[in-house]
Amino acid sequence: MNLPVIIKFVIDLLAVLLLALGIKGLSKVKSARDANRLAAFAMSLSVVGLLSYYLGTSGIAIQSWIWIIIGSIIGSLFGAILAKKVPMTSMPETVALFNGCGGMSSLLVALGVAIFPISAGQGNFDFFKSLINEVSISVSIFVGAITFTGSIVAMAKLQGWLSTPGWTQSKVRHFVNIVFAVASLIAFFDLINGNTSSIWLLVIVSSLLGIGVTLPIGGADMPVVISLLNSYSGIAAAAAGFVVDSQLLIVAGAMVGAAGLILTQVMCKGMNRSLVSVLFGGSLSAQSTASSGSGEYTNITSCSVEECALTLEAANKVIIVPGYGLAVAQAQHTLREVTKKLEQNGIEVVYAIHPVAGRMPGHMNVLLAEADVPYEQLKEMDVVNPDFPATDVVLVLGANDVVNPQAKNDSSSPLYGMPVLDVQEARTVFVIKRGMSAGYSGIKNDLFDLPNTSMVFGDAKKVLNDLIGELKDLGVGEK
Amino acid sequence: MSFISLLWVLLLGSLLGLELIGKVPPTLHTPLMSGANAISGITMLAALTLIVKAEGNIPLLIIGSVSLGFALFNVVGGFFVTDRMLAMFSRKPSNKK
Repeated sequence: MNLPVIIKFVIDLLAVLLLALGIKGLSKVKSARDANRLAAFAMSLSVVGLLSYYLGTSGIAIQSWIWIIIGSIIGSLFGAILAKKVPMTSMPETVALFNGCGGMSSLLVALGVAIFPISAGQGNFDFFKSLINEVSISVSIFVGAITFTGSIVAMAKLQGWLSTPGWTQSKVRHFVNIVFAVASLIAFFDLINGNTSSIWLLVIVSSLLGIGVTLPIGGADMPVVISLLNSYSGIAAAAAGFVVDSQLLIVAGAMVGAAGLILTQVMCKGMNRSLVSVLFGGSLSAQSTASSGSGEYTNITSCSVEECALTLEAANKVIIVPGYGLAVAQAQHTLREVTKKLEQNGIEVVYAIHPVAGRMPGHMNVLLAEADVPYEQLKEMDVVNPDFPATDVVLVLGANDVVNPQAKNDSSSPLYGMPVLDVQEARTVFVIKRGMSAGYSGIKNDLFDLPNTSMVFGDAKKVLNDLIGELKDLGVGEK
Repeated sequence: MSFISLLWVLLLGSLLGLELIGKVPPTLHTPLMSGANAISGITMLAALTLIVKAEGNIPLLIIGSVSLGFALFNVVGGFFVTDRMLAMFSRKPSNKK
């Protein structure tokens, strides 16, 4: 063992340790920001480790430096600009895009090594000589391609650039995807047999498979898919680690892969869906309108903003239930104005956050934090549920399925068993909504029919703005 | 490094990941996802290796460079965006008027 090898070993070890500490630190609100920076530091450290190793052993040609610098500057610049500019409401799409590019990177590494085995070959860099290398290259390409195309489709669907084509909801899609899967398997074995040209078949077919699997999935399930694809990009990185023989890559990739799986599971649990039904069940709304569009609303009470303001003024305790509709209307800042007024009047205000509120777990917290809502006022479902009976007013803003009592009462409902917020226990419930359209699940919400529920129809932002006006007229929040 | 010991690394890394992430509150799931996603850009090391070992093979240099670009897009963007999200959480009441 010579010096560069030892130095690289120590740096790699340190980097793994810091990455692990970083991920661990991300699990606590207080340490999360530092932990993120620690992880970023660990990543830079690993680059320093790798470059210093090559400088100390084979040396790095000027030409290599040039290409390193070009790639680094362009990639980092675009990444930084996008990260700074993107609005908080588009977070899921952004994560999907970053994720897809990570997959693309692993794919390209494997492709490069596969196409130019000899020129890269030196010492233990003799690719295609062993089965293991071929397998890891194939896996890296396969997973990398699925991650890339899947993430891009997920992003396009969340952005509304792409809708769900009708045929993808029929059984045809399973047939198509099976054909793609079998074709990738054939390409895979052909590749291992030494037929290098079938690498292109593998690239094309696994890319198509990524599209074919993601396209039928409905908007409500997209977070689960992104989380799963995030896990895949970790696996792709680990596979690339086998390709270039790097333990650091394997450890980090495996950690991310495992993390993505756990997160995916948590999301499925929150939505009362199994991963299998998310991946192969198609869009939920398409199913449920056919199976249970059960019944019409019979007892809807609608009320004006003025009545809502009067009730709020008289309340002691108010719970806000924000949903994705709030984010779409970009109304989180206006909401904050309303709650500030209420607080100034001595009214206790709490935000009830369902685990899958918004489009990702934690998404709503991010949006509310953007509007300066104190972190202490955000209560998780299990904490806030016992509080509803002692609550005067609940404001439901752009949330629907997560406040549907059917999930508790109606065992025939597709929602049955999903954990929900027990808003109906409160004295008065105001649901601010554009119209009577169903939520993501396409299922009727029994809450709207209850006698203590009043609907305030209108765009969330407009209603909240009117509410501020009404509260002002009532002299709320002016001392 | 033999294949078997690399498999051990894979196994232990996965177990470590499961153990580290098992206890995260839902609040932090989006930042965690985005942070973990940035870490998956570690594949930039593979891209670097490719460029260093390319020995003047221009197509390989280009592939490596593009791959490095994609990876760094993921890493830099991912960490920045995570930081942006977390900066909002850590804003303490004392910062407000």
